Amino acid sequence: MAANSRISREEVARIAALARITLGEDELTHLASQIDGILDAVAVVQEAAGADVPPMSHPIEVNNVSRPDVIVPSLSPEAALSGAPASEDSRFRVPQILGEEA
Amino acid sequence: MALTYEEVISKYEPSLGLEVHVELNTQTKMFCGCATVFGAAPNTQTCPVCLGMPGALPVVNEKAIESTIRIGLALNCSITPKSRFARKNYFYPDMPKNFQISQYDEPICTNGYLDVDVETDEGMQTFRIEIERVHMEEDTGKSLHVGGATGRIHGAEYSLLDYNRAGIPLVEIVTKVVSGTGKYAPEVAKAYVKELRDILRSLGVSDVKMEQGSLRCDANVSLAPIGSGKLGTRSETKNVNSLRSVERAVRGEMIRHARLLDKGERVIQETRHFQEDSGGTRSGRSKEQAEDYRYFPEPDLTPVAPAAEWVEQLRSELPEKPSLRRARLQSQWQVPDKEMAALVNAGAVDLVEETVALGADPTRARGWWLGEISRLANEAEIELTSISITPKDVARIIELISAGELTDKLARQVVAAVIAGEGDPDSVIATQGIKVVSDESALIAAIEKAIAAQPETAEKVRNGHVPAAGALIGAVMKETKGQADAARVRELLLGLLGQG
Repeated sequence: MAANSRISREEVARIAALARITLGEDELTHLASQIDGILDAVAVVQEAAGADVPPMSHPIEVNNVSRPDVIVPSLSPEAALSGAPASEDSRFRVPQILGEEA
Repeated sequence: MALTYEEVISKYEPSLGLEVHVELNTQTKMFCGCATVFGAAPNTQTCPVCLGMPGALPVVNEKAIESTIRIGLALNCSITPKSRFARKNYFYPDMPKNFQISQYDEPICTNGYLDVDVETDEGMQTFRIEIERVHMEEDTGKSLHVGGATGRIHGAEYSLLDYNRAGIPLVEIVTKVVSGTGKYAPEVAKAYVKELRDILRSLGVSDVKMEQGSLRCDANVSLAPIGSGKLGTRSETKNVNSLRSVERAVRGEMIRHARLLDKGERVIQETRHFQEDSGGTRSGRSKEQAEDYRYFPEPDLTPVAPAAEWVEQLRSELPEKPSLRRARLQSQWQVPDKEMAALVNAGAVDLVEETVALGADPTRARGWWLGEISRLANEAEIELTSISITPKDVARIIELISAGELTDKLARQVVAAVIAGEGDPDSVIATQGIKVVSDESALIAAIEKAIAAQPETAEKVRNGHVPAAGALIGAVMKETKGQADAARVRELLLGLLGQG
């Protein structure tokens, strides 16, 4: 299993850090092999697609779905904030943001 | 030890990369119908789409697409037949979705250029700035950090978010590496942002107000030893909020890099924040690598495939390029280079053009806008373009001067009153009872009165000491409350005293 592993535990740890997810040692090992399994499954699809098949990002061939630049009413601030765990002065209140600079 | 700028450029060659973000002036946001009014009360311009609520679906604003294509065309770009949106994933509360919709490997405009003129030791020189890409994305919300001593994030206890700005259409314009500028790198950077701002303004796609953040510049700077043929490690400076700051930021970073390199130290690839007060930069977060954003195609939006005929129509409707327009007006008005530059710097070109279009003489129009009106704008610490006198008012005042109905002094009085909000020139003249005393018998009476009051001065003038006449003319002007034409008073006075 480890021999054909493409995703290392370090990579899983890095992706988890970017996604702000805390993972234990066991979970890292477990997920690395799981992600490998997923990649193996996807690799089969890659074999099927020839060079003449363009990559697809949307299941149906449709372009230019757009709207005119016309204002529609917004939510009231009360409604907008109604689902927020915390708010103050009509603003969303979030815990301190550490280690990064706005 | 401190390296001067001259020493820096004698040893190192700078390379620049400039990223400009422009907020479009559309009525609504990029992917929803919320309004985009600047300064609205917090969270009054939000909806499930721009708040990133589950199940809400974005739909692209067609005016934003049109504006972006027009920007691309004005910058000589190719328009991509089919471009796509992508999600840029990151965890930061300025975007409630935890990603920003942007464009990644398929931007809507690519491979353009913009020529900018910079004054060098050898005269005006044109630098071609190549444009890598122009792409569409959405702006982020505004954070307010509470509890920190300086409103900064460090030491803050918590942050407050206003999402009115989240989702406002944003266009990012990215240059290729700009090299070969040598010591003029700071001036080239400033000239590029200025020319870009003029183009965006002529297109009418943005307010382009750097102080309000509708035009923002990030400056990437790197240095390499001259002749090394390599690129050094770059830093990216954000928070550059004026044209002058663009120049200062680039110059400051060049000096900072050179001092590090001279000591054998490494320049760290990082984001830095420009400090308006000191002109220096402060370290921000380390630059995340592009792959850290885990871009992937935005599944909720369809590709943008502008019809070729539409693109050609937009191309044919582009306004005259600001640089060509300036050259045309300069030759029409017969203005020397230096004065034209002064007009451009003062933002007075449009004002003078409109004044001239209303029949005023170009030289007089220029004189009023750059002279008295600029002085009053400076005094009030406002931009010339926001002062409350119109080209129509100025054209009328110039007309009245030409007709002999106003002297320059009275005209200044009228200008001040118009700016003070007392009405248009004709109503100011009517309410203040301003008029040139052109009744010669009244003038002669005033002159005779002045001669009688100052017999010794009058005698000096009679004896050929003409400069002494100034005191008499002053007395006459005082007597007529400044409403006489001083030149005519002088003429009459000297005639009466046998010096005509």
